[in-house]
Amino acid sequence: MNFTIEVNNQKIEAVKGETLLDTLTANGIKVPTLCHMKGMIPTGACRICVVEQKLTGKLITACSYPVEEGMQILTNSPKVTESRKTIVELLLSNHPDDCLYCSRNKNCELQDLAETYHVRERRIRGKKNTHHLDLSSASIVRDPAKCILCARCVRVCDEIMNVNAIDILYRGSKSEIGTTFNKGLNTSSCVNCGQCIMVCPTGALTEKDHFPEILEALAHTNKTVVVQYAPSITVSIAEELGLKAGEDLNGIMNAALRKIGFDYVFDTSFTADLTIMEESAELIHRIVNGGTLPMITSCCPGWVKYAEEFAPEFIPNLSSCKSPQQMMGALVKSHFAEISNLKPEDIYSVSIMPCTAKKFEGQRKEMTQKGISDIDAVLTTREFVKLIQLFGIDMNNIEPQLADSPLGIRSSAGKLFANSGGVMEAAIRTAYFKLNGKEMVNFKIPPLRGTKGCKTAKIQITEKLEIGVAVVSGLSNAEELLKEIKNGRKDIHFIEVMACPGGCISGGGQPINSNEEALKERIKSIYKIDEKEPIKVSHKNPEIIDIYKDFLGEPLSHKSHDLLHTSYAKRDDVIL
Amino acid sequence: MQIEEILIAHKDSEKDSLIPILQEIQESEGFLSKEAVIRVGKHLDIPTSRIFGVATFYNQFRFEPTGKYHIQICRGTACHVLGSSTVLDVIEKQLKIKAGKTTRDGLFSIEVVACIGACGLAPVICINGEFHAKVTPEKIKQIVETLKNQNS
Repeated sequence: MNFTIEVNNQKIEAVKGETLLDTLTANGIKVPTLCHMKGMIPTGACRICVVEQKLTGKLITACSYPVEEGMQILTNSPKVTESRKTIVELLLSNHPDDCLYCSRNKNCELQDLAETYHVRERRIRGKKNTHHLDLSSASIVRDPAKCILCARCVRVCDEIMNVNAIDILYRGSKSEIGTTFNKGLNTSSCVNCGQCIMVCPTGALTEKDHFPEILEALAHTNKTVVVQYAPSITVSIAEELGLKAGEDLNGIMNAALRKIGFDYVFDTSFTADLTIMEESAELIHRIVNGGTLPMITSCCPGWVKYAEEFAPEFIPNLSSCKSPQQMMGALVKSHFAEISNLKPEDIYSVSIMPCTAKKFEGQRKEMTQKGISDIDAVLTTREFVKLIQLFGIDMNNIEPQLADSPLGIRSSAGKLFANSGGVMEAAIRTAYFKLNGKEMVNFKIPPLRGTKGCKTAKIQITEKLEIGVAVVSGLSNAEELLKEIKNGRKDIHFIEVMACPGGCISGGGQPINSNEEALKERIKSIYKIDEKEPIKVSHKNPEIIDIYKDFLGEPLSHKSHDLLHTSYAKRDDVIL
Repeated sequence: MQIEEILIAHKDSEKDSLIPILQEIQESEGFLSKEAVIRVGKHLDIPTSRIFGVATFYNQFRFEPTGKYHIQICRGTACHVLGSSTVLDVIEKQLKIKAGKTTRDGLFSIEVVACIGACGLAPVICINGEFHAKVTPEKIKQIVETLKNQNS
């Protein structure tokens, strides 16, 4: 039902059931918010969205107030502006406000509000927060002193991720966000996905910085510094560099990485292809030999840790394949080292990932050879952009280049890993070929595309074999599906799980404050690459064919198992 | 009662029984241990972070065992008017711990309580059930010293 309300003495249309904030936003009236999260039940905690009821002069929170017929609202009255300004001043009163030294400088909602509401003096002086930094996690740094208690991180960790690593602790002015017994994040159930960083309005949550190590490695001439970048990176940095969101900068990025000083530039999409070769072989093996089904992908380190903690009964279902990052890491310090006459210990292996959990994965004890880590440092997309800026690379005036070979050529199937559903599509293409000896007629599987949290499809692989596949993103969606399977659901044989909603294109290491449009552009860009490129299947990637011929033998071979597969176990080192 | 017995008594309890369960455990164990929080979390299907969040909201819950001497300091109105905040200050400084904590040697623990119904004796503290009336900083120091000496 539609009706009209009066806002700032003008009539606007409203829909019954909306909140006032929805109505105002739909009509182009901007109301500031902090604790509000789109698509979630409002809490009205921060009160920055107050508007004035014209008749009573009362202030109400737009985010949580249902719109009513005949309402008369003022959104910019002196009372409203003054109240909002006071709220910002109060938030700043105990904030360290050391903006110049903060990683979120110029990209901070609190800073923006202080600017918008013209906070020009320190009117309210409070006792500064003195909470301790939490540096315990391999991926995420918490600085509760900068926290404004909007609790968006708590909600995303609970409602989207079902991890519940953090909550609001203590009371009143002593409140802070923390883990069980306020211990370090490393002993909590945190899966390192970084979605809390993505929703944090301030610098209270950031990634563990690997910047200094990398700069040092680049400066040291005796180390060979190699870099790999995840499939989603090339389409995720454009808007940060002032270009059109979603634009594929693959060639330019290769050139930029060389200018920065990386000796070799490899494409993680190549090992994504390799993952597909191994994983599709594993799937077929499990189906043919009655192995544990449904098989579940294991390329997402956030999901893997979640399974180890919350769903250990599904560990046998996890694919034993390492993630593309770790496959590349393992190959760089074995095959590549061998053919380049390098000692593994003289190689410094960096990866650029849309993900904070990859920092954790790189440090897992399973991901080493003879005590040497396969991956030495991981940069998020955000850190990578900073690196480009630090080295003064002008991305507008640079000639595209190819990645290094071997380990640099990919099929478009490997590139699909960036999107939720991509691993599944790529795996099906190769599994189909392996079982039928011919390619699929139509590679595209529309029900597996898009940002829906849970997508399913039935795929006729051979005349006799139809398999059910499911693609879930957002760990709470994974939890739902696992519950159904525990309760006896039998029609699913293969599941792709990505911790972050929508997959890696909206990973926890991606640029903060990317709008929905930018995310859609990234997804589109990936599918466009798949459409226009000739090699659409992993098994036709010439470098994949070569590496099996020259080095690995065949999928699931002894060497593959040694380098490209691993195993996981129930975790008892965390407080759940 | 052991934790398990308490949980058996609450076998059909829903999430809203969290606080009564925590109270019973604290009554029996003297504090909420990590193991207790994890166990209750499993029983009620509540994440431990949430349980810790709820428990730290209230003054009544403590997360360390009480000391041999458990000192309760009344912070009710009458005691406040007669200087209980100084009393708390002095004790915290003397024992080098904050309220809610236990000294390393396990001898003393401090708890802040609301009115304990002895306003005529304000400011009042209670050590292991024994009331000490009209305490002053000097008096407290003496009491604590005496207890320390008895155990050295």
